[in-house]
Amino acid sequence: MTGNSLLTGIVRFISLLLVQALVFNHLNILGSINPMVYVLFFYWYPVQENRSVLIGTAFLLGFFVDLFSDTMALHTAASLTTAFFRIALMRFVFGVNLEFQNFRISNSTRVQQSSFLALLIVIHHLAFFSLEIFSLSNLLLILKRVVFTGVSTFIFATLLAALFARSKE
Amino acid sequence: MQRIINFILRNKNTLLYALLLLLSLFLTIQNNDYHQTRYFNSANWLTGRVYKTSESVRKYFWLREENERLMEENRRLHTRLYNVAREDSIALDTSQLTYSVLTARVIKNSYGEANNYLTIDKGRRDGVVQDMGVITPQGILGIVERSSQGFASVQSVLNAKSNINAKIRNTDYFGSLTWNQEDYRLVQLEDIPRLVPLKVGDTIVTGAMSSIFPENIPIGTIENFTLSESDSFYQIDVRLFNDMTSLGQVYLILNRKRPEILELENQTRNDR
Repeated sequence: MTGNSLLTGIVRFISLLLVQALVFNHLNILGSINPMVYVLFFYWYPVQENRSVLIGTAFLLGFFVDLFSDTMALHTAASLTTAFFRIALMRFVFGVNLEFQNFRISNSTRVQQSSFLALLIVIHHLAFFSLEIFSLSNLLLILKRVVFTGVSTFIFATLLAALFARSKE
Repeated sequence: MQRIINFILRNKNTLLYALLLLLSLFLTIQNNDYHQTRYFNSANWLTGRVYKTSESVRKYFWLREENERLMEENRRLHTRLYNVAREDSIALDTSQLTYSVLTARVIKNSYGEANNYLTIDKGRRDGVVQDMGVITPQGILGIVERSSQGFASVQSVLNAKSNINAKIRNTDYFGSLTWNQEDYRLVQLEDIPRLVPLKVGDTIVTGAMSSIFPENIPIGTIENFTLSESDSFYQIDVRLFNDMTSLGQVYLILNRKRPEILELENQTRNDR
């Protein structure tokens, strides 16, 4: 990891944490929906990186979000899971492109970007709400919350991603 | 042994994930217990600081609402305070009161002339002196112009010479109440600067600058107002609460501190 991308990563880490804790945790759309936009961290994270570092970072990010949200360690578990499955998702979405040396997510098609983000969100939310509700008898409730919160997260994350996208050359 | 190390190295990410996931699950289950939530909640040093900083910014956006709530509470407490004071003052020496009140009856009314004067049935013998304020239960009426033994003459607000300090209720924007001699239902409020937000229907009450009337005696409501481009003051028509054509019982208000105020003002004027 070069110094520049390390700095970018730290800035992303802190700003996503603060945005999540100070803005999106208090949105309460339709009463109870709080988008979890910090999933964007895994979307923006560089492709060719050490997986162990990613998992460690995910643990820290989730842990701090938990501290701010009073959710015990639910975000930690969800964000760990997202980090763990990230590489599999990328293989699924980007296919052989991933093997190219200078592959970047910003170089892929819009459909690929969106589906990658959506899948990250689905994994994350599934893990989060399954643990939060922690009962298979409430499967419908889990799915409902995954869908509603997931859609709102997707919308806000897409907007944020568009806002901070590097201009294509 | 070699195999075990190889296995660990090959699956280090999975193992790391499993380990950390177990840790987080452990924390979750631990913290489900009420007594264990002490360290892993948003009341710790770091998150507390962040939330405090954020709140210190956020609270500015609610200042207006906060203010209004406090003002409303103040209003309620003031109301109670004054009522308590009034009850207590019955037992006290009346010379301690700022205002004393007399009652009288209008025996001659006038509203069709340019300068209207009323006559009331109390005079010097009853303690009526010049510059007492005259009000009805509905609102302001005028000022005692002169008094004889048994009667007094009251300069009505419907008088070109009348000039009474008035303000918009619940604000401190004050102006002068005058009459343009046209309509006995409408008086004019002048000297309200153009930056004051006005609405038709706003209540006008007496201001604090008067040494004759207590503050907040009702006068009327804003009937209409005009403000031309070049004017710096509004032209406001005020519909009186009083029906000036039909007057009966009135109250006379004496400000016991008025001589002191006038003396002070005179001294200041002479020194200048």
